[in-house]
Amino acid sequence: MSNSASAESAENPGVESNLPASQLTFALIGNPNTGKSTLFNALAGMKARVGNYPGVTVEKKVGNFQYQNHKIELIDLPGTYSLSPRTADEMVSVRVLLGSQEQTEIPDAAICIVDATHLQRHLYLLCQLLGLGLPTILVLNMWDEVQKQKLEIDVKKLEQRLGIPVVAACARSGLGVPELKEKMIALIANHQSTDKSKRNHLELFPENFQLARAEISKIIQEKTGQQIPEYLAERLLLDINGETEREVLKGNEAVAEILRLKREELKQNGCPIPAIEPRVRYGWAREMLGGIIQQPELPVEQRGDYLDRWLTHRIWGPAVFAVIMLLMFQAIYTWAGPLMDGIEIIQDAISRLITGAMSPGALRSLLTDGIVGGVGSVVVFLPQILILFLFIAILEDCGYMSRAAFLMDRIMTKVGLSGKAFVPMISSFACAVPGIMAARTIEDRKERFVTILVAPLMSCSARLPVYLLMINAFIPQQSIFGGFVSLQAFVLFCFYLLGVLVAIPVAWILKKTWFKGEVAPFVMELPNFKWPSFRVVFYRVWDRGRSFLKQAGTLIFLTTIIVWAAGYFPGDRTELNQVMAQLESENLSKEDTAREVLQERSRELSSQLLNDSFLGTAGHFIEPVVEPLGWDWRIGMGAIASFPAREVIIGTLGTIYSLGGDVNEEDTGLMAKMHSARKADGTPVYNVPVALSVMVFFALCAQCGATLMVMRQETNSWKWPLFSFTYMTTLAYLGAWTTYQIGIAILPTV
Amino acid sequence: MPTLKTLNVGDQATVSHIDGADAIAMRLMEMGLFEGESIRFVGKAPLGDPLEFEICGCKISLRSSETERVHITS
Repeated sequence: MSNSASAESAENPGVESNLPASQLTFALIGNPNTGKSTLFNALAGMKARVGNYPGVTVEKKVGNFQYQNHKIELIDLPGTYSLSPRTADEMVSVRVLLGSQEQTEIPDAAICIVDATHLQRHLYLLCQLLGLGLPTILVLNMWDEVQKQKLEIDVKKLEQRLGIPVVAACARSGLGVPELKEKMIALIANHQSTDKSKRNHLELFPENFQLARAEISKIIQEKTGQQIPEYLAERLLLDINGETEREVLKGNEAVAEILRLKREELKQNGCPIPAIEPRVRYGWAREMLGGIIQQPELPVEQRGDYLDRWLTHRIWGPAVFAVIMLLMFQAIYTWAGPLMDGIEIIQDAISRLITGAMSPGALRSLLTDGIVGGVGSVVVFLPQILILFLFIAILEDCGYMSRAAFLMDRIMTKVGLSGKAFVPMISSFACAVPGIMAARTIEDRKERFVTILVAPLMSCSARLPVYLLMINAFIPQQSIFGGFVSLQAFVLFCFYLLGVLVAIPVAWILKKTWFKGEVAPFVMELPNFKWPSFRVVFYRVWDRGRSFLKQAGTLIFLTTIIVWAAGYFPGDRTELNQVMAQLESENLSKEDTAREVLQERSRELSSQLLNDSFLGTAGHFIEPVVEPLGWDWRIGMGAIASFPAREVIIGTLGTIYSLGGDVNEEDTGLMAKMHSARKADGTPVYNVPVALSVMVFFALCAQCGATLMVMRQETNSWKWPLFSFTYMTTLAYLGAWTTYQIGIAILPTV
Repeated sequence: MPTLKTLNVGDQATVSHIDGADAIAMRLMEMGLFEGESIRFVGKAPLGDPLEFEICGCKISLRSSETERVHITS
């Protein structure tokens, strides 16, 4: 069948030559799990402009590519099952396609991507799209699956029946992509002569419905002065309590009443609202597909069925889930080790190079302590973060993530959430910012708000550096559970669990107080299992890694410089610089007593200077508050400095211990510096209870400016970010206090 | 009239209609639960809920409370 699909393209030669060489805009639309993003990348490459549509947080993703002499702009619309907008976000896609979305021109045509193995259901969206009247191309994706399942789809016949170009494709392998590009140009050429306002659109509704729709348009114009497109009038009739009602009626009760009467009248005349829509659209889909698909006599054994039986099994399901999670954290340790060592070696080499080339002073301190030291100690965690995201991307792409939601739904309903909230929660393990934005898929407002407020408790990637630093430095390298699991990996696993365990009562309390109400519905697709695609996984990991580095490179970099400055100024460093210059001069041998005297003096001076700095002043000021947590003023200072982002604590500690003269000069790496840090009375600053207390604090606190900003955007109020910051900081303080107090009571002091 | 809730694991049935006209009913219809479609009860989640069904060749998950609204003929 693939042959007939590709041979077909040869029948439209040279059409594109009539087209003026202007920019053409295509909108790409499709159900979730159809490979839409993969097709987007296959067409437009990996460089996409990403932004937001004004007023909502729907991601606006636009890509550009050149085909022959045409500049093509591709707008990626969010994956959706239908064009029946229930929320402001779903309305964006409809507006883009109608050309009424701000800052977006009406597309010249639409590309509708469907899963060829589930044609009937996916034609529902196509049917609505054709109702809009845009020139449209249908892409039958997952053609490899069609062949594997020995389905036969008559592409040419389908093309004739639908009256639009149809392309058989496999976005993962690139099959059909050249043909699609060719047909995109040919489609525009064919529609060039037609006036945009006079385009035909697919009409399936009975006559009385059409009349009612026209009447509603007229009434809206008379009563509210708005001229709405026919499609929106249709949605007004069909979507009871839908987004169209909210946006068009704006609470106009008189019009709402007319609408109610119209719906009732239609119902009496054999046109039940909303059932009429699926009836006509599925009827159409069946008609279009009749005799098009030949299935083999005996269904090929569905690998997915077999896998599903195991992965959602009463015992094996949760067991496999737990094993996958544990494996993930184990891998973060074993695979990333050598890479981390490499980065640390490079960092040391650069610092040494700068120290060797410059004389002591503010600029050298800024370069080695501020820039190389601070950013370097964040970048060193990149390998681990990439490995974590590699796991997440693979699990998403192979279809396991929705099974995890399926497994977790019952538990989530216990706290008044659904398995759907589990996906934003899982995303929040990477970063709460996309996690909170992913909560937009939850239709129910109450559930959405609770999810948003609880999502930042999940252990995001910004906490990972904090955990890793403390675990690597203070948790012994030994095996537990009969040598099978490393203690370090187990502690990391426990901290990921901590956020979840705390989130449960918090969500439960929120659902019992501010957000009382029924549990939201749970209708979710469980996509077929497939081998994860290298391209898809690579793109996701690349994307996340790049954004982490960008963050490390901008926000963290800036904060590091500020923290360095706060620790460096004010203070007279003339004497310290002289001492350091003397120390570095070559005529001092290692055993020299003069050298020891100088080292002692430099430590004293550095310590005094940091103590007197702006940062030191702030740290001392809050010391009485953090003392019950087992912290000294330096950790308190680090917590203050990390308000913009948690991972900044690493840079802060790095800077603090490089600046402070109280660490051994021969030490390399922050961990060693932390181990050798001493309090004024000579006892170590850090021991296991202190490390755990710091970790608990950072697990539960709201030290992330970006999260709080997104929260404000999503809840459209400062109230909720403020609330989150307060409750999380309180929990973090109480948690850290409890941990330290229990820790010193049961653990032997190191 | 039997509903999806009365099915046993492995059973096959035909959807006849869905109660209600709200967003949930619409979502169910958009996911393919529409009159005349054949539906199969694939299995349950480990804690007994939600339930997995196959419709139009796709697997979807529904809570047992939602399955009460889907009327079927065997």
